Amino acid sequence: MGFLTYLINGLSLGSVYAIIALGYTMVYGIAKMLNFAHGDVIMIGAYLVFMCTSNAGMPAIVSIVIAMGCCTILGMIIEKIAYAPLRKATNLAVLITAIGVSYFLQNMALLIFGSNPVSFTSVIPWEGLSFAGGQLKITGNALITIVVCLVIMVVLMWFVKNTKPGQAMRAVSEDRDAAVLMGINVNATISLTFAIGSGLAAIAGALLCSSYPSLTPYTGSMPGIKAFTAAVFGGIGSIPGALIGGLLLGIIEILAKAYISSQLADAIVFAVLIIVLLVKPTGILGKQIKEKV
Amino acid sequence: MKKINKLALFANKSNQRLFTTILVILVLYVLMTILDGTGNLSSLMKGLLVPVCAYSLVAVGLNLCVGYLGELSLGHAGFMCVGAFSSAFFSKAFVGIIPDVPRFILSLLIGTALAALFGFLIAIPVLRLSGDYLAIVTLAFGEIIKNVINVLYVGVDSQGLHFSMKDMMSLGMEPGGKIIINGAQGVTGTPRQSTFTISVVLLLLAIVITYNFVNSRTGRAVKAIRDNQIAAETVGLPITKYKLIAFTLSAAIAGVGGVLYAHNISSLTATTNTFGYNMSIMILVYVVLGGIGSFSGSIIAATILTLLPEMLRGLSNYRMLIYSVVLIMLMLFNWAPGILKWREAHGIKNFKSILKSKNTKEVQ
Amino acid sequence: MSLLEVTNLGISFGGLRAVDEFNISIDKGQLYGLIGPNGAGKTTVFNMLTGIYKPTDGKIFLDGVDITGKRTAEINKAGIARTFQNIRLFGDQSVLDNVKIGLHNSFEYSTATGIFRLPKYFATEKKMDERALEILSVFGLDKDADVLASNLPYGKQRQLEIARALATNPKLLLLDEPAAGMNPNETKDLMNTIALIRKEFDVTILLIEHDMKLVSGICEKLTVLNFGRVLSQGETSTVLNDPEVIKAYLGE
Repeated sequence: MGFLTYLINGLSLGSVYAIIALGYTMVYGIAKMLNFAHGDVIMIGAYLVFMCTSNAGMPAIVSIVIAMGCCTILGMIIEKIAYAPLRKATNLAVLITAIGVSYFLQNMALLIFGSNPVSFTSVIPWEGLSFAGGQLKITGNALITIVVCLVIMVVLMWFVKNTKPGQAMRAVSEDRDAAVLMGINVNATISLTFAIGSGLAAIAGALLCSSYPSLTPYTGSMPGIKAFTAAVFGGIGSIPGALIGGLLLGIIEILAKAYISSQLADAIVFAVLIIVLLVKPTGILGKQIKEKV
Repeated sequence: MKKINKLALFANKSNQRLFTTILVILVLYVLMTILDGTGNLSSLMKGLLVPVCAYSLVAVGLNLCVGYLGELSLGHAGFMCVGAFSSAFFSKAFVGIIPDVPRFILSLLIGTALAALFGFLIAIPVLRLSGDYLAIVTLAFGEIIKNVINVLYVGVDSQGLHFSMKDMMSLGMEPGGKIIINGAQGVTGTPRQSTFTISVVLLLLAIVITYNFVNSRTGRAVKAIRDNQIAAETVGLPITKYKLIAFTLSAAIAGVGGVLYAHNISSLTATTNTFGYNMSIMILVYVVLGGIGSFSGSIIAATILTLLPEMLRGLSNYRMLIYSVVLIMLMLFNWAPGILKWREAHGIKNFKSILKSKNTKEVQ
Repeated sequence: MSLLEVTNLGISFGGLRAVDEFNISIDKGQLYGLIGPNGAGKTTVFNMLTGIYKPTDGKIFLDGVDITGKRTAEINKAGIARTFQNIRLFGDQSVLDNVKIGLHNSFEYSTATGIFRLPKYFATEKKMDERALEILSVFGLDKDADVLASNLPYGKQRQLEIARALATNPKLLLLDEPAAGMNPNETKDLMNTIALIRKEFDVTILLIEHDMKLVSGICEKLTVLNFGRVLSQGETSTVLNDPEVIKAYLGE
């Protein structure tokens, strides 16, 4: 029974990673940049939810919607101010700017909320299910997180496939120059991508802190890196890849913590990533691109 | 004959840059020493002199990788970490057994060699990848190194060395034994032998070596591979060999930085901020702001950006916020095509010498 | 015996047969042209000859040595050098250094010698400089020795690429559309240059070209590719009068 519990916890953590990884993978696919600040948007989202529920006493759903709205706007502002001017500069310049934005968000949070951890109240009040006379417990947090993640994936895949803006996103991701020639508004498309990614980050923040309630200005940083790893793992640029990568990463992390060593869990996660990339250099679902001679 | 003269001049240009760099470092060294001697250096600044050199070294190493090999590494803090812990381990283990000076030299050699070895071993798989995938794998390796060191326990007693990856107890030490690496607590009480003078000497040495390297036959091959790998292959260059050499040298120099760092603090721990990806990223910021491919730029950026937050200490919590805003603005100022055009129109070229960058590269 | 002997060379990308049953035999000292409409597979043949693509079938012999499927760098050491249709210079290095990289395997000293600037470093670098300038002067590029390669005008970039290839001391030089983007005058100069290097460097040349004037002016033999297959092969004048070739070029 222990194994099943771990598996479900792993799936739950993996679902959070998958939602965060979506933000990385979509932005990478469309703007070809590593948005290092994405993890910190999660943290901001979590603080916003925390303020709404604990300070203003709002219901969880309302809080999350507000946080999503704020993060969406935040994401778009960041993109406009810091990334858009560098669209034609080298990748490295954008990467460093993203790092600057990451520092900025962390230190902003530090100034406003202080460095002491706040205790996040779960947005999911449900106790969960209990099977086999209490031997197998599935917490409400875990279950809802997994369900939310799956719903987001389905909706997003539908969106990208069947709507005009979604098709524009795919077009820009395939070939930005050709997309421009076809009359697609690339700036608006990139903006939309950041908006979606950041909105999802707010949900991820709320879900993450519901399971791991200690919230500090640095909370987003490590899950951010890991979710990025998950995105690469699954094949960066691919939405189903983010799901597979996220879930696998979550499961590996929880199982490694349970059966090998809790301190070495991160090392094991990264080691698996390295092995996967060496066997399949573009990730599980990634496409191979060869240089034309 | 006229042509040859012109060439000699050209060769001198790169030498001139080297001499300027050395001169700048020496002037700064003398200035700091005088300030210190006359009691004009705050203890805080004094405490930063060696770390500045250590970070500069890692930045020079990373610049070799990013600027000349053309590969983005997000794991150089890992090599710094290997250099730091292996040398601290050696120094602490042989305190009182080998005299101070030879012991430090040996620990320096060991730290550098081990960092080079790790660089080499990691490069073999990593250099098969490219671009962002390579970056993320180096980040992963850096995190693994940090993580493993955090659970590493090593002690020494009359029976010899004891290793464990669980806890101190499972070392099974004799009562008189000495714990050298104590898991997450790291290494405490490493002899503090990194003086400012030694640091500057090592930094100068590293600068000369990297300059000579990039201007040698091997360095040319490395740059050729960076500029156009397919063309490099068609003129008969063994790609893997030269990539390995450059990456290993880059890791070794980062390792020297680690040795300096370790012998300057009383308690050496591997946290996200000291040796994790945060440190790797910080070093990358030095390299990019200082100018990709410019070693002197890396050193200047490392110096300014290490001292800046300390000098802004009066602003307490706002200092890191200001730092981040400055960072973003500098990047926009230096790289945004729109701003570059505006600067050209208004003849604003300052920063260019320090923040030399390749974004002006012309392609026919 | 011929210098390059290629038999039944073929390659498939997925289901697509890009080149099929390609045969060619080039004698030492010859100037040979490979022509054909766009997409006929000419560059693909070059990529197979230089090991950038591994051929699916067939054999390549250079000077009697089987080089099929060998690595690009080894094939260069065996004696094949090339230029590219889309110029591939080491753009961030000087003109001189571009050629010195071509000399890499002819003049050696170790990495350590370079790092510590031992006497051998200075001696070898001097020899390399001299040899590189010698090669550059054939193209009149010696005046531009310290210019960044990417700052050279287009025509000179093409010439530098040839100079770099020659620096590797090849037996066979492959030129991929050397006259692409050049005006008639530049093309004329190029023809002279090609004739000159054949003599100076004692090298056999295989070139891909669209410019019929250039091809008929200097090539002794021609192979015409169409849809990945050899359409016609032989003496230049014969091939150019082949009705099949005229049809392929001018359409029905």
